[in-house]
Amino acid sequence: MAKKVPVQVTLNGEERAEFVESGATLLNALRGRFGDTSPKGGCHQGTCGACSVIIDGELKLSCLTLAEACDGAEIVTTAGLATNSAMHPLQRAFAEGFAAQCGFCTPGMIMAAKALLDQKPDPTREDVIEALSGNICRCTGYEPIIQAVLAAAAASPHKAA
Amino acid sequence: MYETHYHRPKSLAEAAEIFSGAADARYISGGQTLLPTMKQRLAAPSDLIDLSKLAELRGVTVAGDTVTIGAATTHAEVAASADLKKAIPGLATLAGTIGDPAVRHRGTIGGSLANNDPAADYPAAVLALDATIHTNRRAIAAKDFSTGLFSTVLEDGEIVTKVTFPVPAKSAYDKFRNPASRYAMAGAFVAVMKDGSVRVGVTGAGSRGVFRATGFEQALQARLAPEALDVPAIDPAGMLSDIHGSAAYRANLVRVTAKRAVAALR
Repeated sequence: MAKKVPVQVTLNGEERAEFVESGATLLNALRGRFGDTSPKGGCHQGTCGACSVIIDGELKLSCLTLAEACDGAEIVTTAGLATNSAMHPLQRAFAEGFAAQCGFCTPGMIMAAKALLDQKPDPTREDVIEALSGNICRCTGYEPIIQAVLAAAAASPHKAA
Repeated sequence: MYETHYHRPKSLAEAAEIFSGAADARYISGGQTLLPTMKQRLAAPSDLIDLSKLAELRGVTVAGDTVTIGAATTHAEVAASADLKKAIPGLATLAGTIGDPAVRHRGTIGGSLANNDPAADYPAAVLALDATIHTNRRAIAAKDFSTGLFSTVLEDGEIVTKVTFPVPAKSAYDKFRNPASRYAMAGAFVAVMKDGSVRVGVTGAGSRGVFRATGFEQALQARLAPEALDVPAIDPAGMLSDIHGSAAYRANLVRVTAKRAVAALR
């Protein structure tokens, strides 16, 4: 057994600390230790994007990030987006636009979209396509997803005039 | 993934010390290649030494005619640097085309160069711009750095610390991506240096890794226009051939990407 090491993070606004196995990925730590199963393990190789989370404001693949490298970091996952049980505008747009079928890629898609909208509240279609370029969906086709992101941007109160 | 032990040193000196004291250590920067390799059990280092947090390895600075990029600077940081966009626009463009957004927030220039994937983007720019790769032991000219596919002159335990680039008069990069992996099937970095010389670095296509397209350079020296590249300068015999494309296909892609880069020079 690998030795256990403490990792302290701010996860969705809450200060948390857990012991993880040295060399564990952030994905495995989040799901197995921190109890946040919203990031999904698809390929575990950095290809599919289902495990995408936002670390210190930047979109990253939790399957290609070591948990220990996140000590002290601020992590946001899809589980932390809803406020007082009200869905985040992206979650609502995905639901209303039928942008999820099996739903496995959806958390990664939403985090990639959130990372985009945080930087660029009024993106073009091309911006959305580029922002989602690391996220693979194997059932809906991408069009409803792109439309949902654009709809969420249009509905955002931060939208540029 | 086999068991490993993670270290986050506070200085280059401490990193080197941990390396020499460990059984089979590897340095890790962004980890976007090393971690998948470990998961496939093609690498099993006893210790991982994280260089990505070292302040001395980070940042983009433009001073006079030289651009310096710290080895642990991420592709996203290079792509977003306003100073770099002015000094070497082709290099900022290149960084913004690597992988996808999540990969660009982790992957680093030093890691990319040390790994020397024959389809990586940075090697084309480093060679075309006649850059210098600095390590904790020495400075290495770009032309001497690559020794083939996934191999460089870096010695065991040597750490890339920064890369310095001379600011060219004009530059541009264009690549044709494999649509799945987003690695270059061919990528051409074209630089017009301040002394008027034209240099073309090509990645993704050569069977021995990155190379300079000297035939293209001569053609562009005579006439700096995309049409000047309609010459038989790329021999398919020297191109990679695999499931993604034949050697002849890649030779043509080299021409296409080089022409697009020339058209985009600024």
